[in-house]
Amino acid sequence: MPLVSADLPRAPGFSAGFRAAWRSVLAYVIIGTYIGIGALAHDFGFSVWWVMASTVLVWAGPAQVILITALAAGATPLETALAVSLSSVRLLPLVISLLPLLNHPRIRHRDLVLPAHFTAVSLWIEALRLLPAVPRELRVSFANGLGLSFMLAALAGTGFGYYLATSLPPWLTAGLLFLTPMSFLISTTRNCRFLVDWLALAFGLVLGPLLAWGKLELDILWAGLAAGSAAYGVHRLRGAFK
Amino acid sequence: MNADLHAYVLLLLVGFLPNEVWRMLGLVFVRGIDEESAFFVWARAVATAVLAAVIAKILLFPPGLLAAVPMIVRVGAIAAGFAAFLLVRRSVFAGVAAGEVVLTFGAWLHAQ
Repeated sequence: MPLVSADLPRAPGFSAGFRAAWRSVLAYVIIGTYIGIGALAHDFGFSVWWVMASTVLVWAGPAQVILITALAAGATPLETALAVSLSSVRLLPLVISLLPLLNHPRIRHRDLVLPAHFTAVSLWIEALRLLPAVPRELRVSFANGLGLSFMLAALAGTGFGYYLATSLPPWLTAGLLFLTPMSFLISTTRNCRFLVDWLALAFGLVLGPLLAWGKLELDILWAGLAAGSAAYGVHRLRGAFK
Repeated sequence: MNADLHAYVLLLLVGFLPNEVWRMLGLVFVRGIDEESAFFVWARAVATAVLAAVIAKILLFPPGLLAAVPMIVRVGAIAAGFAAFLLVRRSVFAGVAAGEVVLTFGAWLHAQ
């Protein structure tokens, strides 16, 4: 497959991103998480090709879990679509805070479609950490390499989980579900560089469960907006007093 | 075959589209935004906070079989993982491994 276009060199960025993914703990976390999703799809009677297609097309763990359980429970298409969409609102701030890092004077806007599709929490975390050291003209292909690796990890996990489904002990399933909060908390902490990052993390950790406990609709979204805006507000105030 | 096709059409209409709309909306919003802009800094803070909220919610209101693990084990495991991350040269691998060992061992003990 030719990876070099007339405009920008692609192959070095792509392969660097592809390889960097496997040095990230998140590649293995993705495998574990998707073992759970493959097993779920198997239990609810979906075909292995269908769940693999959902991994490539949806590419968001919580949305896939909702899609599988809602369809299996006989929810209407509209109810299912709404539930999936509500769970995925978090993708919006992820995309908005990732894509500007890929910008480059010679980038065409359509070159950002694939990185936008690859955007998920895993890619966001590792791209924010690794991209500052990548030359600007290579960043889009680097992100695509990273995203493709993570997606392949997910497909491997989906397949494993589908065929292992019946043999997973409950303590292992609990361990797979625990991979997400554990790895996300540590990776996000490692990525915190400025006061605004630390405040957003701390405020979100407190507000998230509070709003969930209050049974508010869209609790995660409101918690993120409020905690993130408060952190940003402190950041601006501090700047104003300097 | 027909039922098969139906499942894939559903995947596109109620799985792919309602999910992808947020990514494409983000793509529209970022036109002309550079990483020095205030909007970008704010969006990054919101994204970080959303992630933090998701983490804390999973821990305190866990899904599926994780709910069968006692709260003390879940919180203890996340604390152990975080401590290992700080102690072992800020290694993410060490932190995740330590947290997982504590959680799965606790879950196994609880089931006995």
